Amino acid sequence: METTFPVVANFEVTYHQYLGENGELIRPLPAFATPDVLQFLYKEMVLVRTFDTKAINLQRTGKMGTYPSILGQEAISVAMGNAMQKEDVLIPYYRDQGAQFQRGTAMEDIFRYWGGDERGSNFRHSREDFPICVPIATQYLHATGIAKAFQYRKQPRVAVTAIGDGGTSKGDFYEALNLAGAWNLPVVFVVNNNQWAISVPRSIQTGTQTIAQKAFAGGFPGLQVDGNDVIAVRQVMSDALERARNGHGPTLIEAVSYRLGDHTTADDASRYRSKEELHAAWEKEPILRLRKYLIAQGLWDDQREERLLADCQAQVAQAVEAYEQTPKANIDDIFDYTYETLTEPLKEQKAYAKRFKEKAHHG
Amino acid sequence: MAEITLIEAITQALAYEMRVDENVVVLGEDIGTNGGVFRATLGLLQQFGPERVMDTPLAESMIAGAAIGMASQGLKPVAEFQFVGFIYPALDQLFSHAARMRNRTRGRLTCPMVARAPYGGGIHAPEHHSESPEALFSHIPGFKVVIPSSPARAYGLLLAAIRDPDPVIYLEPSRIYRLVKQEVPDDGHALPLGKCFVSREGHDVTLVSWGASLHETNKAANMLAKENIHAEVIDVATISPLDIDTILASVAKTGRCVVVHEAARNVGVGAEIAAQIMEKGILTLLAPVQRVTGYDITMPYPKMEHLYLPTEERIIDAVYTALEYK
Repeated sequence: METTFPVVANFEVTYHQYLGENGELIRPLPAFATPDVLQFLYKEMVLVRTFDTKAINLQRTGKMGTYPSILGQEAISVAMGNAMQKEDVLIPYYRDQGAQFQRGTAMEDIFRYWGGDERGSNFRHSREDFPICVPIATQYLHATGIAKAFQYRKQPRVAVTAIGDGGTSKGDFYEALNLAGAWNLPVVFVVNNNQWAISVPRSIQTGTQTIAQKAFAGGFPGLQVDGNDVIAVRQVMSDALERARNGHGPTLIEAVSYRLGDHTTADDASRYRSKEELHAAWEKEPILRLRKYLIAQGLWDDQREERLLADCQAQVAQAVEAYEQTPKANIDDIFDYTYETLTEPLKEQKAYAKRFKEKAHHG
Repeated sequence: MAEITLIEAITQALAYEMRVDENVVVLGEDIGTNGGVFRATLGLLQQFGPERVMDTPLAESMIAGAAIGMASQGLKPVAEFQFVGFIYPALDQLFSHAARMRNRTRGRLTCPMVARAPYGGGIHAPEHHSESPEALFSHIPGFKVVIPSSPARAYGLLLAAIRDPDPVIYLEPSRIYRLVKQEVPDDGHALPLGKCFVSREGHDVTLVSWGASLHETNKAANMLAKENIHAEVIDVATISPLDIDTILASVAKTGRCVVVHEAARNVGVGAEIAAQIMEKGILTLLAPVQRVTGYDITMPYPKMEHLYLPTEERIIDAVYTALEYK
């Protein structure tokens, strides 16, 4: 007679890392990671941080509205966007600036968006990418629908979406994983586990040991990656994209990092987390880590760093100029995109609004 | 030509548009093998296959969210929500994304989807199956809200809804799914959205309604005719955007107006119609606009729902009130 019950399912979560916390290589580099590519990824991360610093500065000086900093998540975002093919579609959340830039979305458009201008989401390149998603987790479902369209049309394309750790508590997150598994959709789900959902720490956001394991409820693989190791994120992204592109379905990637900044410029993280924790997190940050590795390999030095910073600042300055020189929006703009064709009630309201345009104009 | 019911007209419209446009797909709960709980999608799985007739997992926000993604890629998803009382988990997706995708991307991405849902009372269904939330959707910029009242209107309006480049909330009065039959040519001819239909001409009073209530309204008009009171009856059909001009033209002729709807009274579509008549046609009015509506209460369960729904008696009573003003 049997005395034990059989195990009917087993699940494992692997942790992916190439660079140790001090920039030392802890396993052989993946094939993509040539010196040129690593230098490129490094430069792109520095550009994102330069942009981010400027964006906060624009907000502080009243030139832009509330802005969510990406500080600390540059590796995840850059690697995510860099691993994608042009024909793939990015469905970002609001801390995906790096991925957006890799996709060709202009920096000035991100400034415009947070500066309060809808035109910032009318990307000139990356035409099929979704705009920044402010409601939490809803974007995960959009990714499933886009992936379904690819599958229906038999196109070898992949939908890539991202979310924070807080967003994984929402119903839409689970509904998306469930549908993607049930329909074997070509989608890559990324979770930026930056440890904080505004003031709520990861420890009380969910009772699970990892976020990656939530993929198992959807019926597909989930894995953890060191989100401060751009090499590891780039590699797991490529693997997941290839898997999806070849018809093998979705992957959930939990990228473990740390939100080094406030939630947004309207937040003050010192209210709810300790200086010690923040200082410890700075020791592991992604740009410093890759720089240490590159320097040790003789692939980087102070002169190159200086040139890079100057170059990034020039690029961002150019974007700021483009942002500041954005032509004034027309009053028609706020009416004309509600429907393809202006409805009769809106024609009337627009004509009325135009009578008051001058008085209401704040410049 | 065989006569068909309203629900069969919906099936006929879906099948027609799926034949002529391979971007049209349908999705929802139990819509495949089962053909939908009301059989709106009956036979579509056999005709078009599971890639276009998608039985979804049981999650309404998912249905809406996935449809938004599909629509952004140029598909024309027609999503069925099993009853409108179950659509509320999808409101975040519908309100925050479907309705504003075109605007927030300044036309770069659009959302040409249709959300179909049976709505309204009178079918003795359990709790949560009989609500009339058309005002809720009409309040959100970016949607068109459409309600058919007959098989022919159901066919023509659904074709228009699918072809429309923007999201359409298409509410189907389940009480009249099989109430009347009509010949409906399967000719792919759409009816215009944003237009009211004058379904009966008269010169004494204008009766404005939509969906299932139009049937009580028509019955009331018949009864009034016997009293030599000739009512003009308007089927609003598109709740948003509202074709106020057709209503104003009728009121200019009759001087009196009664709006009939099943939905609750407070902040209802009847209030909007009354306000616009007041703004644009007050000098043509001989009497205050009357409203015959559901009450501001939770929709009663089947045993008491007849006390809630507008009846011919209540409509006639309102007409006499309007006629009292000389």
